[in-house]
This record gives sequence, structure tokens and C-alpha cells, in this order.
Amino acid sequence: MIVGSQIYKRYPGGFEALKNVSFEIAGGELALVGGHSGAGKTTLLKLLSAIERPTSGSLVVNGQNLVALRPAALPFLRRNLGLVFQDQKLLFDRSALENVLLPLEIIGLAPREAQRRARAALDKVGLLAREKTNPIALSGGEQQRLAIARAVVNRPTILLADEPTANLDEESARQVLDLFIAFHQVRVTVIIATHAPQGLFPGMAARALTLRHGMLIA
Amino acid sequence: MKAWLQQHLAALVRAARRLTDSPLSALLSILAIGIAMALPAAGYLCLDNLKALGANSGSAQQMSLFLDADANEKTRADIEKRLEALLPGQWRFISRDAALRQMEANEGMAEIVASLPKNPLPDAFILEPDDADPEHLEALRATLGAWPGVAHVQLDSAWIKRFDAFLRLGRLAAHLLAVIFAAGLIAVTFNTIRLQVLGQAEEIEVARLIGATDAFIRRPFCYLGVLQGALGGLTAALLLLAGTLALAPPVSRLAALYGSAFVLRGPSFLHALALIASGASLGWLGAQLSVRLIRDQ
Ligand SMILES: Nc1ncnc2c1ncn2[C@@H]1O[C@H](COP(=O)(O)OP(=O)(O)OP(=O)(O)O)[C@@H](O)[C@H]1O
Ligand SMILES: [Mg+2]
Repeated sequence: MIVGSQIYKRYPGGFEALKNVSFEIAGGELALVGGHSGAGKTTLLKLLSAIERPTSGSLVVNGQNLVALRPAALPFLRRNLGLVFQDQKLLFDRSALENVLLPLEIIGLAPREAQRRARAALDKVGLLAREKTNPIALSGGEQQRLAIARAVVNRPTILLADEPTANLDEESARQVLDLFIAFHQVRVTVIIATHAPQGLFPGMAARALTLRHGMLIA
Repeated sequence: MKAWLQQHLAALVRAARRLTDSPLSALLSILAIGIAMALPAAGYLCLDNLKALGANSGSAQQMSLFLDADANEKTRADIEKRLEALLPGQWRFISRDAALRQMEANEGMAEIVASLPKNPLPDAFILEPDDADPEHLEALRATLGAWPGVAHVQLDSAWIKRFDAFLRLGRLAAHLLAVIFAAGLIAVTFNTIRLQVLGQAEEIEVARLIGATDAFIRRPFCYLGVLQGALGGLTAALLLLAGTLALAPPVSRLAALYGSAFVLRGPSFLHALALIASGASLGWLGAQLSVRLIRDQ
């Protein structure tokens, strides 16, 4: 459950990226954050993952008010979130498997169990055969799926993805979107930011949050 | 508890991997640390050896108490009784006849002794006090010199004092050297860890974004500092050992020329452990200072 009310976000330069944004996203919902470039989609996702803080208003994620979050509590909030970044942030100094292992090392899982789970996640996104490959040698679609595998390996309750299908051809985009549908179906809250939300999930009840110049218009 | 251990083990493994990822620079850092630690350690080892040499030469703690030439049996028995009360078991008597016979035994002395009209040597006591502290010996000399029937108490105290002062100075110099090189070691570790942190900036950022705590991020770097310092300490011990092995034979030969059975002492197992432990703790300190600089974003 995510509840935002009267959120304002002003960046240090003085630019107001979000203005009076209020919304509610129920557990297990599939939500699409839409809007033009610069509308504030990434900003909203950054607030949800506590990478940035609201300037005012309140934002409660999994029962925790992010406005008043103690720094020490931050890592534990993040562990319940799966983040797929606009620029993916894969590590190119290690294999695909090791990229997926990182979140499990962070929570201190026993190596054997971690290997098993990381392989299962890679299998889910169809990359098990490429586990030893360096992500730099993967295609754009494969990199995106690897980023998703890393985001979900911890079994998060909320999955946040920023433009996950940008730069992908139709076929790769479809594979990626099907993954999100699969997580939505097992009651993971899925929130996707995209500049073209229309027709992404045909025939599905997706929640639309549309931003324009930092304001929520739908 | 098991999970905790596992996390630390994982951090240690990651630290070791970071060391072996760039073997040349790791080797150079370890060598630099090893040499920095070997220098003051060699100083301490030298002092230990000198001290052993001083103790070895025996005469350092020896005093001779000479009786008046005309001292009689009763005076002698008196002094014996007093000595036994003061320094039980730490003295022996050498009669003037025994002293003369000893002198005769020396090469070339037999004729000289034979040509003497009468025995010129006095009865004497050789004292070897357990407490060889120079000040104590000096006080003892004054006490004994005042006893009736005692002509003279001889103590090579000037030599002991000089030697002692020299050792004291040497120890101070070694302490100073140790402090300077310890600071250097911390600086070297600080720098290598800082470079590592900068090189791992991306991983640190990603790890933070997916829920890593500060402790998780810092741990491998601290272990890296500890590992590097410990290996540096081991290197220092090996350098010292190699140095002693190279120097021991010529030193023994030199000592033999002076009629001494002195053997150069190398670093003991305990010394090696101490070097490794201090390398590890200084490395930990340097790494701690360095990881404090890791900041959010
Ligand atoms: N760190 C920042 N400092 C200052 N201004 C920022 C910062 N990040 C974003 N902005 C500004 O805030 C506005 C919203 O940015 P945001 O990244 O949220 O847009 P977006 O909807 O994700 O756009 P796009 O579709 O291009 O990714 C933009 O005008 C941007 O210039
Ligand atoms: Mg964006």
C-alpha cells in the first residue's frame, strides 16, 4: 500500500518537479506513471524508492513515512523494493549471475541458497544460459531483463521500473512487459514509468497516473 | 550468529578477491608496508641482541671484593658471614693461593710468578649479584667498601652505565622510528583503500540503491586494509629472518675471535605474530579512516 498526499518536490536549483501530487496505490496493483519528457515520472519513482525526499507532503510506503525516514532504516526499506533504473545500473566488472547475486549478498543469504535463487531469477527472465556472460555482451533487451532479475531476486513486494521498454524493439519490449505481468499476477505491486502508457497492457486493468509539468492530471 | 559469521567471511573473500584483482599494486603495497615495519623491528631486534651480548659477557654484573693484604682468618670468616646474609649464593671465595695458581696457568705468566719473592695477591671474593641494575651495584659497592678488612671493591660500573645508556637511547630511537613508520603505514593503507573506493564507486552506488547498509559497504574495504597490513607484517618478519640468516654466520665468527659463543638471534615466532598483528591493526585503522569518506551519493 502506497499513499502520497500533497507531495511537492523542489530540486536544489529551485525547479519544482512535482506539485501537489496525491495518490493511492493498493497492494498488488499494476500502475502506469505516464507523461511527457520532464513531466516528473522519474522524480516520482525516486521519491517512492527514497532516493529523493519530498520537499513537503507525506509519502507512506509499506507503512513507513518516507518523509521522516531515519537514514539507518533506508537500507531495509530498499530491500523490500525492486528497482529497475532508467539506466539499468548493471555492473560490467562481473558476470550476469554475479549481478543478480549482489542483492542476496547484501541480505547475507548463505552462498548456496543465494546461487540457487539467483539462477531461478535468471531462469525466469530467460537468461540462465547466459549466467556467465558479462552484461556488456548482452543485447539491450537482455540487459533490461537482467536488471529485472536483479530487482526481483529479493522477492520484493513492490517493483518499480523506469522506462523499462525504452530503446527496445517490439519483440524485446513484449518479453519485458510479460515479465511485469507475471509479477503482477503473483500480487507484487508493479509501478512502471513510461512516456507512452497507451496499449502497453492491452486488456488489463492498469492504474494510470498521468503527470503534466509536475502535476497529476489523471 | 551463523549469518553474521557468513557475512564477515563473504566480506573477507571479497577483500581477498580485490587484492588478487590487481596483484602487482597489491604486491607493491605489501612490500612497502613490509619494509616500513621491518626497519623499526630490525632496530628492536638489534637492541635485543645487544642486551643478550651484554648479559653474555658476564663480567658486566661481576664485582671483585679484595681483602687487606694482612687480613686474618677471622676477618675473612666475618666477611663471608656478612656476604651470605646480603647476597646468599651469589658469591665465591678465591684465596690468594688459588689466584696465584690461576695466574700461573696463563700463558707466559709462569716465569713471572716464579720470579716473585712472595705472593702479591690478596684474598678475594667474586660477587655476582642477581640484581644487576647499575645503581644497585653502585650502592652495593659503597656498602661493601666500608666493611672492616676490605681493601677495595672493583666494579666495572662505568662500562655498564654507558652500555645501559646506549641501550636506552637505542630503544628511544626505535620507538620513534616505529611511530613514524606506523603513521606511514596508516597513510599507505588510507591511500590504497581510497583508490579502491573510488574504483568501486559504481558498485557502491548500486549496492546502496538495492539496500546495502554502510557496514556492508565498508566491511570488505576494512578487511582489505587488515589483510594488506597482515601480509605486510608477514613480509617484515620474513625480511628480518632473511637478514638474520645472512648475518648470523659472520657475527658468530666475529664473536668467536673474542672467545664468545654469542649467536645472533632472529625474530621469534612470537615476534612474527606481533608484526602480523600490528600490521593488521594499523591497516584496519588506515582503512577505517578511508571508509569514513564514503558518502551517500
Ligand atoms: N537532480 C535534479 N536537479 C534539478 N532538476 C532536476 C533534477 N532531476 C530532474 N530535474 C528536473 O525535474 C524535471 C522532471 O524530471 P524527471 O526526470 O522526473 O522527468 P521524467 O518525467 O522522468 O522525464 P523523462 O521522460 O525524460 O525521463 C525535469 O525538468 C528535470 O530537468
Ligand atoms: Mg525519467
